[in-house]
Amino acid sequence: MPPKDSIANTFLVSIVLCVVCSLLVSGAAVSLKPLQERNKLLDRQRNIIEAAGLAEDSKALSGKEVEELFASRVETKMIDLSTGEYLEDDPAYDARKAAKDVKQNTPVQGEFDIGIANREQKTRVYLVRDSSGGIEKVVLPVYGMGLWSTLYGYVALDSDLRTITGLTYYEHAETPGLGGEVENPSWKSKWVGKQVWTEGAPRADDNLRVGVAKGAPSPENAEYMVDGLSGATITSRGVDSMLKYWFSNQGFGPYLKQLASQEGAADDGKTNS
Amino acid sequence: MAKQTVKEVLLKPIFDNNPIGLQILGICSALAVTTQLSTSLVMSVAVIAVTACSSAAVSAIRHRIPSSIRIIVQMVIIASLVIVVDQILKAYLFDISKRLSVFVGLIITNCIVMGRAEGFAMKNDPKMSFLDGIGNGLGYSFILIVVAFFRELFGSGKLLGYTILNPVTNPDGWYNPNGLMLLSPSAFFIIGIIIWVIRTFKPEQIEEA
Repeated sequence: MPPKDSIANTFLVSIVLCVVCSLLVSGAAVSLKPLQERNKLLDRQRNIIEAAGLAEDSKALSGKEVEELFASRVETKMIDLSTGEYLEDDPAYDARKAAKDVKQNTPVQGEFDIGIANREQKTRVYLVRDSSGGIEKVVLPVYGMGLWSTLYGYVALDSDLRTITGLTYYEHAETPGLGGEVENPSWKSKWVGKQVWTEGAPRADDNLRVGVAKGAPSPENAEYMVDGLSGATITSRGVDSMLKYWFSNQGFGPYLKQLASQEGAADDGKTNS
Repeated sequence: MAKQTVKEVLLKPIFDNNPIGLQILGICSALAVTTQLSTSLVMSVAVIAVTACSSAAVSAIRHRIPSSIRIIVQMVIIASLVIVVDQILKAYLFDISKRLSVFVGLIITNCIVMGRAEGFAMKNDPKMSFLDGIGNGLGYSFILIVVAFFRELFGSGKLLGYTILNPVTNPDGWYNPNGLMLLSPSAFFIIGIIIWVIRTFKPEQIEEA
């Protein structure tokens, strides 16, 4: 072996060390990947359950209970975002990958900016049915840019398809304690019962009222808006435009209109007689 | 330096030469992860594992490490171990790893790990270095757990998620949680008090003014 401080030894040690360490790291990453993927899936299912309000305390459920509850109550449907039609589900389809693939994405357009250039064309929505087969809850995936990161979450609508029953975020990298408070249970609970569109008006972009206010929302907005997170103006703005975008005609608007006519929930929110 | 015994190497860092209490290293993560006892426990185990394994690994190849690149060699070993620990946490303790967020990754920059690799492992054999890593990890854990105990108990009235002091938000609650305890400055106060207590019993740690 060459002497310790020679150039040859320096190269030898660094090369051997790099190879050994990279084997160690990649070995751990590859062998643990299936478990991590399962955890991520469970975490998403847990968030869907929480947004839909299917469990008293979704955090207290074990992994198995989450899987069972999800399998028994939640129906997964693939939709085409632009038309709102149901599509055949392809288990291998990954909406997040599709959003980055030029063949499967479409530019984000319209007046609401979610800070992302392209979105997927097809996505999955989650339906919860009541005992008679009608829609009880519908859970929609939403995402958009906050301050540091893209926030991924779920928003659930009640059977009238106008009232929010839950908003949860399962993945983001906002500052803990500031923007990270989107995960705070007391802030999340403020969303329950908010109306998306002006009451009694059709589900059109002009009537979109849901959002995040700066400071406490004024009385006429209290029905639609939630107080922003203090110290997290940009994250709050991100949540605001993300909700507006995904409920607009660029997002789930076409699907929700179609679902409403199928389910007999009239476009202006009054029930058909 | 006289040869140290196993017991000394393992126990000295807890009170006599505590990495946080005496050397004031690793304060950053001690503030960040101590709002709850469960995250502190996991963080402690992670730091013990990384410090022990990295010290042993550095010590095992200490005769071959060229002095010109020794710091970077130590960093590579530490960083690799931290990534492995992070991957394991994501696979088996997903919930807690989500709450610890970036702080597991930041063990790489925890001065304690680096300090032990450079200060002890480069001069001692692997077995002693491994034990020294465990000892220093324990010293760090001791402070972390004490701080987290007080912060979780007085900040949210809970320990390990179980309600101990019934907060006023519950119908029959009486305890008004101290919000300051959940913010970082409270960790400074508690660490300060711990250092004070340790130095009252061990006056030899007091620096000359």
